[in-house]
Amino acid sequence: MHAFAELFQTLDRARGTNAKVSAMAAYFSQASAADGAWAVYFLSGRRIKRLIGPTRLREWLAEATGLPDWLVTETHEHVGDLAETIALMLPEGVEQADDQRGLAEWVEAEILSLRDCEEAECQSRVTSAWAALDEAGRFLYSKLLTGALRVGVSQTLVERALAQASGHPQAVIAHRMMGQWTPTAAFYSGLFSEREEHEDASRPYPFFLANPLEADPAELLGDIHDWQAEWKWDGIRAQLVRRGDAIYLWSRGEGLIGESFPEIIEAAETLPADTVVDGEILAWQDDVLPFAQLQRRLGRQRVGKKLRAEVPVRLLIYDLLEQGGEDLRARPLGGRRQTLEAIMAGMPPPLMLSPLVMAADWQALAALRAESRARGVEGLMLKRRDSAYGTGRPRGIWWKWKIEPLTLDAILLYAQPGHGRRANLYTDYSFAVHDGEQLVPIAKAYSGLNDAEIRRLDRWIRQNTRERFGPVRSVEPQQVFELAFEGIAASSRHKSGVALRFPRIKRWREDLGPGDADTLQQIKALLP
Amino acid sequence: MHAPLIQPTEDGLYCAAGDFHIDPWRPVERAIITHAHADHARSGSALYWAAKPGLGLLQRRLGKNTAIHGVDYGETLQFGPVTVSLHPAGHILGSAQIRVTDGHEVWVASGDYKRDTDPTCAPFEVIPCDTFITEATFALPAYRWPSAAAVAADIQQWWQANASEGRTTVVFSYALGKAQRLLAELPTPHPGPIFLHGAVAPLTDDYRAAGIQLPVTQTIGEAADNEDFSTSLVIAPPSAAGSTWMRRFRKPATGFASGWMRIRGNRRRRGYDRGFVISDHVDWPGLLQTIEETGAKRVLTTHGRADELVRYLNEMGLNAAPLNTLYGEDEENG
Ligand SMILES: [Zn+2]
Ligand SMILES: [Zn+2]
Repeated sequence: MHAFAELFQTLDRARGTNAKVSAMAAYFSQASAADGAWAVYFLSGRRIKRLIGPTRLREWLAEATGLPDWLVTETHEHVGDLAETIALMLPEGVEQADDQRGLAEWVEAEILSLRDCEEAECQSRVTSAWAALDEAGRFLYSKLLTGALRVGVSQTLVERALAQASGHPQAVIAHRMMGQWTPTAAFYSGLFSEREEHEDASRPYPFFLANPLEADPAELLGDIHDWQAEWKWDGIRAQLVRRGDAIYLWSRGEGLIGESFPEIIEAAETLPADTVVDGEILAWQDDVLPFAQLQRRLGRQRVGKKLRAEVPVRLLIYDLLEQGGEDLRARPLGGRRQTLEAIMAGMPPPLMLSPLVMAADWQALAALRAESRARGVEGLMLKRRDSAYGTGRPRGIWWKWKIEPLTLDAILLYAQPGHGRRANLYTDYSFAVHDGEQLVPIAKAYSGLNDAEIRRLDRWIRQNTRERFGPVRSVEPQQVFELAFEGIAASSRHKSGVALRFPRIKRWREDLGPGDADTLQQIKALLP
Repeated sequence: MHAPLIQPTEDGLYCAAGDFHIDPWRPVERAIITHAHADHARSGSALYWAAKPGLGLLQRRLGKNTAIHGVDYGETLQFGPVTVSLHPAGHILGSAQIRVTDGHEVWVASGDYKRDTDPTCAPFEVIPCDTFITEATFALPAYRWPSAAAVAADIQQWWQANASEGRTTVVFSYALGKAQRLLAELPTPHPGPIFLHGAVAPLTDDYRAAGIQLPVTQTIGEAADNEDFSTSLVIAPPSAAGSTWMRRFRKPATGFASGWMRIRGNRRRRGYDRGFVISDHVDWPGLLQTIEETGAKRVLTTHGRADELVRYLNEMGLNAAPLNTLYGEDEENG
């Protein structure tokens, strides 16, 4: 536990990916297979089910510290993170000293086993674990209890570290880590094993990712004929895997999501055996529907006939990764596309070929990109025709060329302190626009200002507070901010009648007064 | 019930019976100063009283020509019917709690204080009183300080590692008090020379002039043009972070020393390589210990997060309330 807590602290402090990768590689090289398996599990963002809710943990913390519940709650509010609150509030125990148990033993004997114990026993075991651990250990243990350890490294970095520790190419590690696995010593040894043993048939390939293109493609990308352009869909990236008779639909978050999209699973039976394709799931009726519609299909155990009819979906396929059991990823995109088009010819919905966007030159392509919003897409994807289907997100091969976000000018109305990393400052803001004589809340936003602006605004908020409701302050309606957002939809749940997608602060418009802010009517005019 | 012995006015904390102010934020006739931090020692008043060890610092803050009466810790002063004495607060060099009594009740205005040991100033002295005016900068139970010696050892180790990579170590810290305390706490031998930012150096000299033992330092402004700083430790105020001033160091490793670094989110958000938990303010256990030891039945709070402390103390059967003051407003990051 100590070694992993130390690794966590090092990762938390490390700046730059190389430092993170070498810290993880050093850990992987010395960890036992059982500890290593759990480390890979947590570092790659997997979670165990939450065993104890925050309310009970706060109650137990109150008892352990002898402080009233409300003070524990306030402190939690200030710190922002419950596990950290637990680590910080308890005095350094006397028992700590030399607990030699490794991560696996802690997880299996002290955490997972809590599943079957009575409330009182549970509390006494958790409380004694707190007393036995030092601050870093207590933080980690409590994080695991709440099921929410976020380490701040991507799966790709974990793969790189494992590649370093094992001497295997990263692609091999990446493939071995796809799909469903349990954190056992056998799994961990398997990552390091030399022979490619029979790979689990359900596994998709690691998704290949694009970088945002901020420059002018005519200058950066050269000849347009070297590039394949596709629409950038606003849906769920997914791989459809058919191996033998088995069919799996994987989302990029690596969950199996076939249950949410039974019609895609059914249609996949028309694919040739041993085929893997990459594409985007979209809500679709004659044309693409907004993402909000697609969301209705997510996170459901069963999708009934009614919902299937209300929100029909399609899988728009843009790449072919495996055919007849052969891994095609090293072949150039142009060739993969030709084979894909042949397979897709005559294929009925909901499987559908994602069309290419044809343009004679960059200028013409830019003109098409300008139609994105009307077409319900986020912009264009630009992929080198000679590109292999790689892993991770290397620069220069695939680009996403998104359209500029929409913007509006709104007035700061409420503020509350941030959580965790911004617990001392007012950083969570609510904005309003004019609606006749009134101001109506339009969006919340947390990001977009730099640290100096945040501090300056924090000071302004404290000096211009009108009312306080718990942690929330209402402020004088004076400060105007330009907000950027990705889309807008009608919403009965919002007082304004509209919901913005991904609102964030673009800049602080100190040059504008509250009278310059937008009106609700102007914003409603943007509704599709 | 008669008027409180000390109450906030628009000029500052005022004792009407003795006709003097404590740490006034506007010019007044008679000002008793707890310590030399900017939010407590403001210029423009006609007469000042302050504890002797901090006179050098105060004279620098208030101007050479300002009349300041130096008072020994424990010495009594008479303001009409009111007796006043100053007692160590353990916050920075010369920091004092102000004990005020009219013969009926005793009030103590503690200014800023801490209970941890600090080699650069006299330790906090518990003064029994009826009403205790306390700071509440870090008044939540998450704020418990590790020992400053352990933190200094941590800094030393990090400095050593940076030096071995040829990287300058830059620690940002409040220029008055914390910087000197850090210097005094750093274990020897040092991995390299110590340089001070121009805002830190003169204050450090004031400490030396007051007889505080501190390691040898050089000032950045006086460094040779080709000084390479690769094994150096540099102490600078937070305002220097990210400024052009930093350009003289190649690949500096930066750290921030502050009580706020106790919270992981603050460490991460600040964008320094390391955050070190070291504060010249009292932590939560120290706060409760102090209030209990003074025996005060009434507690008034200044600085920062008073709401929770006030509620907690009231639930514990004390009479607690926040005092409306301007302290802490331009104090840099605890
Ligand atoms: Zn101070
Ligand atoms: Zn202060």
